[in-house]
Amino acid sequence: MSGSFSRRDFIKAATALIGGVIGVALGVPAIGYLVDPALRASAKEGWVPILKLEDVPVGKLIPFSFTRVQVNGWERTSTTFGGYVLRKSEDPKDMLILNSRCTHLGCTVNWKEDAQAFICPCHDAKFSKEGAVLDGPPPRPLDRFEEFRVNEAGVIELFFKAG
Amino acid sequence: MWKKVYDWIEERLGLKALYDNLLDRPEPKGNWWNTLGSASLFLFVIQGLTGIFLTVYYTPSPDHAYDSIQYIMNGVAFGWLIRGIHHWGASLMIIIVFVHMLRVFVTASFKYPRELTWLIGIGLLLLTLGMGFTGYLLPWHQMAYWATTVGTQIAGSVPFLGDFILKALRGGPDLSALTLQRFFAAHIWLLPAALAGLIGVHLYLIIKHGESHYPSRDE
Repeated sequence: MSGSFSRRDFIKAATALIGGVIGVALGVPAIGYLVDPALRASAKEGWVPILKLEDVPVGKLIPFSFTRVQVNGWERTSTTFGGYVLRKSEDPKDMLILNSRCTHLGCTVNWKEDAQAFICPCHDAKFSKEGAVLDGPPPRPLDRFEEFRVNEAGVIELFFKAG
Repeated sequence: MWKKVYDWIEERLGLKALYDNLLDRPEPKGNWWNTLGSASLFLFVIQGLTGIFLTVYYTPSPDHAYDSIQYIMNGVAFGWLIRGIHHWGASLMIIIVFVHMLRVFVTASFKYPRELTWLIGIGLLLLTLGMGFTGYLLPWHQMAYWATTVGTQIAGSVPFLGDFILKALRGGPDLSALTLQRFFAAHIWLLPAALAGLIGVHLYLIIKHGESHYPSRDE
């Protein structure tokens, strides 16, 4: 060797190389660690079983409820949702699934057989059997779960979307 | 191209003079035992970096401390790696600092003109032990809780002042949320700041006096 690559140069290059390998080996996990929450799939959406089809007679409102658990880090928040199923005919597709959350301020409405209406306990709002506003302050009809299906076991499932 | 960029920056920063004077200085004949100070410094930096990363998820509250660490270990990508390095690095740092001091003692490197370097080194040892003591509580599991109960009780056995010291350490007569919070503050702010400051002086003194060479038979 003509001294073009000295012992000192070798040490320098080796230090840079090993340091670089260690830097990458630690740097990449570190970035993954920081951005991890942004890469997680939201578990908010999904099919939720609510009732057996055979338990829902045609023409009668049947209440149901389900609970969704939201996990944020080490904290779990569970929220309960409720509603009513109304089968309009024998066809399992001919079904109306109403959300019992009042469209005014979010109280839970209840079906009153004697009044033939959903009554909201907060501001006396009234909704018809199909969810239309009959009386009171609500700005729009009761929300509907538009996406639903009956699975192979004969259970009605609705597609839950957050918000 | 790179030469031009380098020259432009170098002309304005003038780091080469700093490098030549501080890092490219002559050393006595090399010996692996002489690298332990640098190893301690490296571990301090690693502990600082992984510690900063841990605070992204760790929560110093009795309600969340344990769960947040479980989440770091099982929920976050590479959380086990970051915490593992911090956990094992802490023990390694105590060992390396201790062996470093042992070497300085055995080679009599603490003598004139390096007495002050040695005294500051003792301060660094105590602060490092303090980091270990305060960090041990943070996982807030049974072992951490009772170790700190015992540790603060030992500090409380000092004559006359003991009761005051115990309350000052715990933030009250009992181990509580206040204890966890003040141990956390000490672990991430007070002690690291003190450590960084003393390390700065320690390094200055090493550069000023140069590294000691081993005593020869005639000395």
